[in-house]
Amino acid sequence: MLYPRIIPCLLVHKNGLVKTTKFKEPKYVGDPINAVKIFNEKEVDELIVIDIDASRNNLEPDYKMIQNLATECRMPLCYGGGIKTVEQARRIFSLGVEKIAISSLAVEKPAVITEIAKRVGNQSVVVIMDVRKNILGGKYEICIHNGTKSTGVDPVQFAMEMEKLGTGEIVINSIDQDGMMKGYDMNLINKIREVISIPLTVMGGAGTTDDIGNVIQEHGIIGVAAGSLFVFKGKFRAVLINYPTSNEKAALVEKYFLKKWIQKTCK
Amino acid sequence: MITIIDYGLGNIRAFINVYDRLNIETKVAKTAEDIAGSTKIILPGVGSFDYAMSLLNHSGMRDELEKQVFDNKIPIMGICVGMQILARSSDEGQLPGLGWIDGNVRLFDSTTIPYKTRLPHMGWNSINPRNSIGLLNGFNNESKFYFLHSYYFECENKDHIIATTDYGMKYASAVKKDNIWGVQFHPEKSHGNGVRLLQNFSNL
Repeated sequence: MLYPRIIPCLLVHKNGLVKTTKFKEPKYVGDPINAVKIFNEKEVDELIVIDIDASRNNLEPDYKMIQNLATECRMPLCYGGGIKTVEQARRIFSLGVEKIAISSLAVEKPAVITEIAKRVGNQSVVVIMDVRKNILGGKYEICIHNGTKSTGVDPVQFAMEMEKLGTGEIVINSIDQDGMMKGYDMNLINKIREVISIPLTVMGGAGTTDDIGNVIQEHGIIGVAAGSLFVFKGKFRAVLINYPTSNEKAALVEKYFLKKWIQKTCK
Repeated sequence: MITIIDYGLGNIRAFINVYDRLNIETKVAKTAEDIAGSTKIILPGVGSFDYAMSLLNHSGMRDELEKQVFDNKIPIMGICVGMQILARSSDEGQLPGLGWIDGNVRLFDSTTIPYKTRLPHMGWNSINPRNSIGLLNGFNNESKFYFLHSYYFECENKDHIIATTDYGMKYASAVKKDNIWGVQFHPEKSHGNGVRLLQNFSNL
């Protein structure tokens, strides 16, 4: 039986680990390698690491850092940040990364998705959509370059197009919910989930493991990622790398997943 | 000593790390000379079928690899696409595979998969080992591993299937023929179970 995935997402900024709020106010939370070591011990399902400087500052991916992370990771690693070409993607895979995440490039040069997928296989190509709700019209739109540039692109249409081009997974990253710890944008998740048949991972807003549970209860097999929840503890947001223990995870899965979904999916 | 074939695909370092922690020696092979004298070989892989085959064909290692596997009967284990290229062909590409285990690689029939989001098969799934011996020593049908693939190995001889996994259908998630093993999942990224499987391989 396949299980939903619960995924910490780490942001790298100026060689350190940070956590943002609505993509702003990066707060230093520690050293990336040290965090990976802790997440190894906690046996996390997967890990997403995003370099939030690379695309915005038009930098090459930091291959040395990626290699160090991939070497340390005992779980599957998805890396994103600054990937512009097939050659860069190939090089990152050769460092031992299982999945690469593309965001700005997917909007600017969508055809590259197909090229990369042909080379590395669809299963390893992830498109992250940074989504913001437009204050004026109330419509969702995709932003690029770490949330600094609005594109007017509708994420629902875009997700469908990305699937056609050969993407293996879509990640929704809600800019409005980022760091708020008040729950996921379920409306946005439902809209995208409706229209794609590739795996979906959602990010932005988790404040408790019940927020994660709610997404799983609604959608079954899905990836649920969180930043703040897994790096902060308590109402004063003290830095503490954490993740549900295997017993806590089993209880979460039992409560939100097995009860509702297992009769439906198993014959 | 475990020899890990570095033909430009897959997480070589992750295997080395696991074996380092187990105090088992490893060696990375980039040339035919590096392979000579191996006692156990791992053929890793992350990528598409044709890309894997063309890298292996151009690596200069294929002949020596076949010599070790068929003349010297050295145990070898293919991982993920490294397992798939043991087959004759794949729906994913045009190039012939190694053809070491009878079978072809097929795209999952997504209409049989009872989830909204179907392919790739991504995440932690359990295996059903035929016997908890050898490579699968210590595992049962609750043992979970990390999977990331859209194609599966369609084995022609059922005796070569040592474990199955359920994803809309039961398919071969681990195969074995003589001294050749293949696993569809990623033991190098499957925490404790993965470590145990890699240790089992070393103990074969």
